[in-house]
Amino acid sequence: MDQPLIKTIHLCKEYDNDGVVTKVLHNIDLEIKRGEFAAIMGPSGSGKSTLMQILGFLERPTCGQYFFDGKEGGQFTDDELAAIRNEKIGFIFQSFNLLPKTSVFDNVRLPLLYDEKHRIKNQHEAIIAAIKAVGLYHRMDNLSNQLSGGEKQRVAIARALVTEPELIFADEPTGNLDSKSGKIIMEILQDLNEKGKTIILVTHEKYTAEHARRIIKIMDGTVENDYLVKERLFAKNANDLIK
Amino acid sequence: MDLRSTIHIAYIGLKTKKSRTFMTMLGIIIGISSVIIIVSVGNGAQSLILNQVKSMGSNLIGIYPGASEESGPPPSALGIVDTSLKNDDLDAVMENNNVPNAIAVTYYDRGVGTFQWRDQKYDGTFVGTTASYIDVHSVEVESGRFFTKDEEKDLARVVVLGYEVKENLFGDNNPIGQSIKIKKEQFKVIGVIGKRGTQLFENQDNLAFIPIFTCQKIMLGINYVSLARVQIDSEENTDQAVADIRALLRERHKLEKNEPDDFSIRPQTQAIEIFSSITDSLTYFLAAIAAISLLVGGIGIMNIMLIAVVERTREVGLRKALGAKNKNILSQFLAEAVVVTLSGGVVGVIFGVLVSFLVAMVARQLGYQWDLVISYSAILLSCTISILIGLIFGVYPAQKAAKLNPIEALRYE
Repeated sequence: MDQPLIKTIHLCKEYDNDGVVTKVLHNIDLEIKRGEFAAIMGPSGSGKSTLMQILGFLERPTCGQYFFDGKEGGQFTDDELAAIRNEKIGFIFQSFNLLPKTSVFDNVRLPLLYDEKHRIKNQHEAIIAAIKAVGLYHRMDNLSNQLSGGEKQRVAIARALVTEPELIFADEPTGNLDSKSGKIIMEILQDLNEKGKTIILVTHEKYTAEHARRIIKIMDGTVENDYLVKERLFAKNANDLIK
Repeated sequence: MDLRSTIHIAYIGLKTKKSRTFMTMLGIIIGISSVIIIVSVGNGAQSLILNQVKSMGSNLIGIYPGASEESGPPPSALGIVDTSLKNDDLDAVMENNNVPNAIAVTYYDRGVGTFQWRDQKYDGTFVGTTASYIDVHSVEVESGRFFTKDEEKDLARVVVLGYEVKENLFGDNNPIGQSIKIKKEQFKVIGVIGKRGTQLFENQDNLAFIPIFTCQKIMLGINYVSLARVQIDSEENTDQAVADIRALLRERHKLEKNEPDDFSIRPQTQAIEIFSSITDSLTYFLAAIAAISLLVGGIGIMNIMLIAVVERTREVGLRKALGAKNKNILSQFLAEAVVVTLSGGVVGVIFGVLVSFLVAMVARQLGYQWDLVISYSAILLSCTISILIGLIFGVYPAQKAAKLNPIEALRYE
């Protein structure tokens, strides 16, 4: 349990666009333990999204090392990374990324289609449980385009939960939502963290970031500041809104 | 991911774009139904022609004057007049057991002219033939009688009318015993043949039959035969009878061993084979053209799938982020292409069978002996080709989708 879930050593990332090299990240040294709720905060263009993508195995770093659960990420093939994303990681995106004209149920089911090891034994029950956890049981058969923005994001959270991952990445999860819906989302994330899930939140808003326990501030591709939130915000009162 | 989920995902993907899916299918539907229709109509037409040939009797052997290639047309069919075949040559077929398998022989000359009864005129064909004609061709005389061997030899001016000739000249009047003019020569009507319809593309009902000598000496001024038919006891003895007839005619025509035949012998069985091969090759030729439309349909599918891959870049990115491997994406897009082409194929088969059925119904209404032939091998082949088209033309777009970088795909606007 002492081993960090995430550990990076001198991590860097460069993009080469037809000979023009852009350094996005450099010398990132980071440790995130199991059960943490960390916010990666920074202005747009700071590299926070790229960092999340590398930590989420959607991108490979240009240099440095990334250990996930004690294993070095560079040793995995693309297919192995896909399997890790499916089993250990849940993603929540700013723009929801639901399948259009597809039911809530089928959207939540999506990652289970790629669960080749059949880790989740009773898929139907797992889907229902995930939908219930975000309070959308009554909307289960609705099509994704019939939902409000907040509901769409809750479907995306259910989709991230259904494979029972250890780690959830939330990339600007409230960015496209009104404040009321945003509160609901933050409450669900805090709730999940209480239940033991490791959550990494990516945001440019200090307000949103302060719902986490720890803030990792990124500026110009490096960690500028890394501190525990003293006066953490809680979205508890939003709880009633989804019940 | 199992096949069922793959097809399920493909189905959901296609369902969300119903009209486009249908448009994509259209190319395959048209291609497959054309193949089915052409093969079926080709088989139907073949059955029509073969039925006509067979209706004349498969135990007939045709003898034409003039040499010809084994499978080429006889010279008379090309309008070349050859005078080498004489009445005596053909009478000899029945004499002295020269051709033991021969039952009867008949031969013909023909000409066209105006038939006239009182002020009624009709332009038709007169056929000079032997008394054995009605036996060889199993013709039923409706009223009166056919001419006899004696009348044939005696240059009798008697005529037996085909059904339409009688209807046009006499209407409801009884023609028997009446006198008509053919090319200004007087003939006495002694019989009328019942309705026979079309045989081998020739209307048998606008013919009038006169004795062969009368035709040759009085009407045409010739002394040769333009076509003869020998009826043999059984189809199986065709080869033997052909050999006997050839030997007989060569002997009569005093041909040396190294000289080629100056006549052509064509058994009806050979005609059947020739017609089958002609209609077969026509059908295959047309089916090949229809197959080109399948190719075009396949390219259409590839285009639409390529557009779909671009349109669904974000979806591909999402699926990869959620754990889809390259092979999952590949099989999903391939499955979509195959589902489209296979369902297009099935719809095409149903449509093709329906049209073939209609064609057969109309042909039968028009009085043709048309068999509705639905080739199961064509259906099976069509479905297999549909699947193959889906696989072949789906591979390129599917590979493109599978190779997308997840994060670039997710960023795609």
